[in-house]
Amino acid sequence: MAKQLMRGSHVLGEAAVRAGCRYYFGYPITPQNEVPEYMSSRMLQVGGTFVQAESELASINMVIGAAMAGARVMTSSSSPGISLMQEGISYLAGLELPAVIVNVVRGGPGLGNIAPAQSDYFQATRGGGHGDYRTIVLAPDSCQELCDLTFKAFDLADKYRNPVLIMGDGMMGQMMEPVEFPEPIDPASLPAKDWTLSGAKGRPSRVILSLLLNPKVLEDHNFKLVRKYDAVTREETDWEEYLLDDARQVVVAYGTAARIAKGAIKRVRQMGLKVGLLRPKTLWPFPEKPLKDLTRVVRQLLVFEMSAGQMVEDVKMAVEGQAQVHFYGRPGGVIPTPDEVAHQISHYYYQAGLMEGDKPSKRHGGVA
Amino acid sequence: MKKIFEAPKSLKPNLFHYCPGCGHSIIHRLVAEVIDELGIQERTIGVPPAGCAVLAYNYFDVDTGEAPHGRALAVATGLKRVLKDHVIFTYQGDGDIAAIGTAESIHAANRGEKITAIFVNNGTYGMTGGQMAPTTLPGMGSTTTPGGRDVARDGAPLDLTKMMAEAKGSVYLERVSVATPKGIRKAKKAIKKAFQVQLDGLGFALVEVLSPCPTNWKMDPVAAYEWTDKEMTKIFPVGVIKDITGYDKD
Repeated sequence: MAKQLMRGSHVLGEAAVRAGCRYYFGYPITPQNEVPEYMSSRMLQVGGTFVQAESELASINMVIGAAMAGARVMTSSSSPGISLMQEGISYLAGLELPAVIVNVVRGGPGLGNIAPAQSDYFQATRGGGHGDYRTIVLAPDSCQELCDLTFKAFDLADKYRNPVLIMGDGMMGQMMEPVEFPEPIDPASLPAKDWTLSGAKGRPSRVILSLLLNPKVLEDHNFKLVRKYDAVTREETDWEEYLLDDARQVVVAYGTAARIAKGAIKRVRQMGLKVGLLRPKTLWPFPEKPLKDLTRVVRQLLVFEMSAGQMVEDVKMAVEGQAQVHFYGRPGGVIPTPDEVAHQISHYYYQAGLMEGDKPSKRHGGVA
Repeated sequence: MKKIFEAPKSLKPNLFHYCPGCGHSIIHRLVAEVIDELGIQERTIGVPPAGCAVLAYNYFDVDTGEAPHGRALAVATGLKRVLKDHVIFTYQGDGDIAAIGTAESIHAANRGEKITAIFVNNGTYGMTGGQMAPTTLPGMGSTTTPGGRDVARDGAPLDLTKMMAEAKGSVYLERVSVATPKGIRKAKKAIKKAFQVQLDGLGFALVEVLSPCPTNWKMDPVAAYEWTDKEMTKIFPVGVIKDITGYDKD
């Protein structure tokens, strides 16, 4: 199929429809209004259902209902709306229901602003709502990846019966890039689910619940979820490695920040600095192992986020003290330029004496 | 010998956990009888609330899905939009439908969702131990209204069902009571009609059932039933609140 030039929000909607999603429930909030707008007309074309709910609370609970009925279902919102959905996301996890939730992240806390930000990392990767649970969090960095990861999100949600979050930002929602869409999936061709509410015809009645009053029973449920999360971590952790082969310093960034970081790395490479990028594509499960493995040869990491510093904590936990972890962040919806990030990279690079001939060492910029 | 009375098929043979004299047991039975009589057990899906009736899935022998507190009508909306040929009902208490879930409830009615809501009004938060509900009567005692509900301090009881009448998508709204045998018969008739509205695809239907809670009212069951019949109906009069079904024209 030929490539199409499309903005991120529309890519997301189109990819969802092609992935077999026929139910979308949402509420307007900037900067993601193009998603419900696109879905409202696209669902009409494909005989799907679009409901503009009275709130994000209602949206996520409609998602719960549609998921119970076995449908591929999606909602999208932006930071304050995602905060409102946390109750429902906790229920989705507890009820083990598949659903795709898109957060087009904006600056916060509170009403914040509508500029692109990455300040909902903690909320997304720590669960966000109450209880012992995890959500799978995917972080695309381009319109093509937005398309691919949207497909993947529906598959992962169904495979693990777990909510999947897609983390974007206003930049990704607005920017236009050429995208090649996979062939559409006919929802009727998807594997049947044997746990949905469909009416007790020819089988005993079924209940989908998360209320487990007996502590031992709830503990068993919690440990069952833990085993599922372990499987997700083993099977689904995903990341991109960019110019790591000879790298003496590695930038860790995701999403839009990773795009900026790549621009910065191209600039410093021209200056002879050997810098690479590790870009988590799954924020949870977080690519801990590749980061830890990296510390066998790289002792200087620079975490770059469009936040006041959130993923940096996961990077520090992953490397277990085996590398120096620096941080550069611009919160509040400020979008740093590649030059600005290049300046930070070179600052730490020179400071650690990583230039050729500075200090020959197998372990670049050791922390000892 | 002809069998003239038996347990409804749509109720599991489990003993109710409800307190002696609680109205839930009666209302559960009425809903189950209606499901049996309409022959819809195999395509009915219930959405129980948070509250005393959270365990309704232990009793209704139909598929059930749990909703977060107050969100039953949003969850039901999601279910019904996917399962258009199924019968979806919510079973909610006053705190659930008329306090924390007011927005979800009014808007489900306004969209004309083809759902049947059973709204059990006992004027109290039963499960949490008798706090003030949106429907607690003026002067009525609760664990959070010392000296009784003071309208100037605590606000007045909210008549959600009446509010729903303003919502254009609501088709049939009736308030009934299970405090007397006559009331119980009327309640069953209303519940059956509310399911029929859904089967006919007319729109949103709700039956509000005034129901005694002897435990939290600190009354014996007989006094609680009398109080429901005499006092609750002063603030929440029983009767049809809205009916644009057109059924009566036949």
